[in-house]
Amino acid sequence: MNVAAKKKLKVATTSLAGCFGCHMSFLDIDERLFELVEHVELDRSPLTDIKEVGACDIGIIEGGLCNAENVHVLQTFRRQCKVLIALGACAVNGGLPAQRNHLPLTDILSEVYLSSPGLGNGLIPNDPELPLPLNQVHPIHEVVKVDVFIPGCPPSGDAIWSVLTDLLAGREPRLGHGLIHYD
Amino acid sequence: MSDTFILDGREIPFAPGQTILQAAMAAGVYIPRLCYHPEFKPHGSCKLCTVKVNGRHTASCTYKAAPGLEVESNTEELNAERRTLVQMLFVEGNHFCPSCEKSGDCQLQATAYELGMMSPHFDHFFPDRPVDASHPDLLLDFNRCILCSLCVRASRDVDKKNVFALAGRGIGSHLIVNAASGRLADTNVALEDKAVQVCPVGVILRKRRGFAVPIGQRTYDKAPISGQARTTWQEEG
Ligand code: SF4
Ligand code: SF4
Ligand code: FES
Repeated sequence: MNVAAKKKLKVATTSLAGCFGCHMSFLDIDERLFELVEHVELDRSPLTDIKEVGACDIGIIEGGLCNAENVHVLQTFRRQCKVLIALGACAVNGGLPAQRNHLPLTDILSEVYLSSPGLGNGLIPNDPELPLPLNQVHPIHEVVKVDVFIPGCPPSGDAIWSVLTDLLAGREPRLGHGLIHYD
Repeated sequence: MSDTFILDGREIPFAPGQTILQAAMAAGVYIPRLCYHPEFKPHGSCKLCTVKVNGRHTASCTYKAAPGLEVESNTEELNAERRTLVQMLFVEGNHFCPSCEKSGDCQLQATAYELGMMSPHFDHFFPDRPVDASHPDLLLDFNRCILCSLCVRASRDVDKKNVFALAGRGIGSHLIVNAASGRLADTNVALEDKAVQVCPVGVILRKRRGFAVPIGQRTYDKAPISGQARTTWQEEG
């Protein structure tokens, strides 16, 4: 029986402290999406609107960690996914959000909510529903083990496709010149 | 007939006094390097150019070529060590390539591509290093300094100005500007200075120039740093 071999791989994706640019770039694989859906089935993802990640073969994380909820989602992905991919500059090294890291969080909050011009009786939001911001933004490998990294802001559709096809074929992903980019 | 040594199984000729790195460059063989520049005395500090000479690690930019040496360079082991060095440089500073004017023209980035660095691996230091935008035509972004000392050597040895210096020790080492105020605007630095041209990364930047060439069409977007070995080095040398 080769039922197992024919079973589609389950893939989940999420955006943490990212801008969804990496997800847009993922869609940039264009008509290769048709080939991809032959082999994979999406679990939790902004593309499916499934809210909780189930057991998956591949988890794709866009964005770094800027608040407590990001950490929680990341840890759940790590528990549920056999292979975890850091997709894009922010997941790989914190990216643009991490450029706040040299500033004290209280200074940032008061600048944004209390002292910036045009704010009428500003308040720092404190609804218990809101995830607490972390003191610093961290790339995801500083919190969980990451199996595959795809750098780039965003990585090109071709780079993403190259890594996915390598993984689907059971090869170690490798990005050569032109596909490996940090910008 | 000139003398030769063996580099990764290939015979490399050298002239008396040449280092292993210089002879390799002349022969068009790429050895990763960051603090070496043909116009200046080797500094031997970044260790990217480390090779094994007769089985021992040494910096090829300071080691003199000699007849019959057996040198290994492009090996899995040495490249893994070089990759680790580059990863440490990335996490020690703040390298956000997407917002760096030097991206695509940067030797640190190009060397990391060459070595297949997919992630910074280590935990980031996220140091606090304010920029110096005091000068009307130049910006200093210390976040990206890798302490190669090329600007220091250029300013001291070519421009005869000593605008830059390295201060502190160990992890506290940092680049300083030689003025009572510590600001670049209060030095006699000039746009024509060699010191302003040599930074391999995005620290010393001409203002209002950053994106004259769009990202994606820059030096190392076109060809990897190893593939540029011959032309670039011949121009430099
Ligand atoms: S100096 Fe080089 S490695 Fe650092 S941020 Fe700029 S392009 Fe990236
Ligand atoms: S500013 Fe540039 S040239 Fe000067 S030491 Fe730092 S990295 Fe080297
Ligand atoms: S190039 Fe030799 S130590 Fe830096």
